[in-house]
Amino acid sequence: MTDARGPVHVDGEVLSVKRVGALHHVTVVAPGIAERFRPGTFVAVSLPDDDARLARRSFWIHGVRPTGSHGPTLEIVVTAKSAWPRRLVALGQGARLVLTGPLGRPFALPREPVTCLLVGEGYAAAPLFPLAERLRERGCVVAMLLAAPDEEHLLGTLAARRSARSVTVVTADGSVGVRGAVADVVADQVSRAGADVVYAAGGRPALHAVAAAAEQHGAWSQTAVETWQPCATGLCHGCPVPVVGEDGVGRLVRACTEGPVFRGDRVQWVAWEAP
Amino acid sequence: MTFTPARPVLVASGCGGTGRELAAYDGLDGLGGFVTRTLTLDPRPGHPGPRVLESPSGFVHGTGLQNPGLDSFLARELPWLAAQGIPTYVSLTAATLGEYAGLGRRLGTAPGVTGVELNLVPPDLPVGEVYDAREPFQAARVVGTVRASLPPGCVLLAKLGADPARLLETARAVHEAGADAVVLLHALPASFDDGRPAGLGGPALRPMALRAVHEVRAALPDLPVIASGGAVDVDDVRVFLAAGAVGVQIGSALLHDPTAAARAVAALEEETP
Repeated sequence: MTDARGPVHVDGEVLSVKRVGALHHVTVVAPGIAERFRPGTFVAVSLPDDDARLARRSFWIHGVRPTGSHGPTLEIVVTAKSAWPRRLVALGQGARLVLTGPLGRPFALPREPVTCLLVGEGYAAAPLFPLAERLRERGCVVAMLLAAPDEEHLLGTLAARRSARSVTVVTADGSVGVRGAVADVVADQVSRAGADVVYAAGGRPALHAVAAAAEQHGAWSQTAVETWQPCATGLCHGCPVPVVGEDGVGRLVRACTEGPVFRGDRVQWVAWEAP
Repeated sequence: MTFTPARPVLVASGCGGTGRELAAYDGLDGLGGFVTRTLTLDPRPGHPGPRVLESPSGFVHGTGLQNPGLDSFLARELPWLAAQGIPTYVSLTAATLGEYAGLGRRLGTAPGVTGVELNLVPPDLPVGEVYDAREPFQAARVVGTVRASLPPGCVLLAKLGADPARLLETARAVHEAGADAVVLLHALPASFDDGRPAGLGGPALRPMALRAVHEVRAALPDLPVIASGGAVDVDDVRVFLAAGAVGVQIGSALLHDPTAAARAVAALEEETP
């Protein structure tokens, strides 16, 4: 019954762990996942022989290589700020991982060649780079806005310059680019780019600002949300996101299954950010 | 006739989504039954997060019984489960005996329902939000009410809470009231850090569930038991079956590995030709 587009549950193998600034790029041989990947989907990972820690950890897929000398590989970006990801990035080449993916609904792609603004915050900008490639293939004009607390946590400015017509960088400490946050500059960026669609991935305040700016300028927004996803496969209902459905009724849906990409105007950001 | 599930491994309530999520990994193959997440008469939005947290060798789980309600379940989820040909047990809870009777009446005649499993004491709800069935005689009243509302042949399972002092008394009471089997055990009453009620499930519970199975089998040999509590693989399934259980539910393990139940089934069949 496993179909050619659905997720798969496979044993993977660490191919390399590269540190770039404060971020670790982990490349994994994961047959089946790379071939099915679409930008905005993610992968759930567990460490082998970890009987005490049962929840999965979800990572954006930063890129895939369906045919390489090691077989199909995918790349994730990890911030090693707590114990679990520190164990992950400490693994050596050849270490075994258990992966499920690609999971979730990907970014919706425009049928027409339109102008797109891609907004990414820190490591969460990971899915925007393969997205930019797909958009360019469709003849879209791509502008990027990358944000981070500091230069160390900034992802892929070099790669952004390859696939985007214009790239703007903001950091909270001003170590590179403009000092500020997504919320300070996004409205100006949307109007300057003349964006028809804004794609975004990052923290809730940033995504809220993106959704608001897009709505204000009459653009569509596609926001990739991040929240704690205990199973990541839709089984446990542990990742509720408050949204408004097409029927105008508010409900809690699963980030991992109905998301992680939502139309920005469908998410009830204020309710979600409330403690 | 004493109840035995079609095959020994089942999916536990609340850990298999709507069934479709597991099917993506062939996770329903060879199962003896699928127990749905707990349904109520009316839709419940569920609690805001966090709902499921890690605890060593377990999960602290409290969704607030998010479910689409009976009508939506019958229209949108049950037909798909029926089409898979998997025995489907619908987990239920209700606020009143009248509501229990109504749920039983409508589910008992719905095509594709093999039986119902009563979630008598949901550990993740404050006491009073559903019918209080903590006392054995109250649990028996619920079982008796639902039994009377079900057509003959519809299986009635009672999932019992983790109260060691009342276990045998409750098991005897629900058996006499008409339960075909008991499911042992429910998640342990637990709490999130902020004080919200929750249930603790997962491998941490396995020894407790095993003790409950042994005790009930010894004291009530005529009452079939389905084990539920911490089984993750075929070895666990075998231990529970050896203890006298007629079936074993796999739950939390699916959150860690959606193929866990199907793998246990495959391994079991390989060894018993």
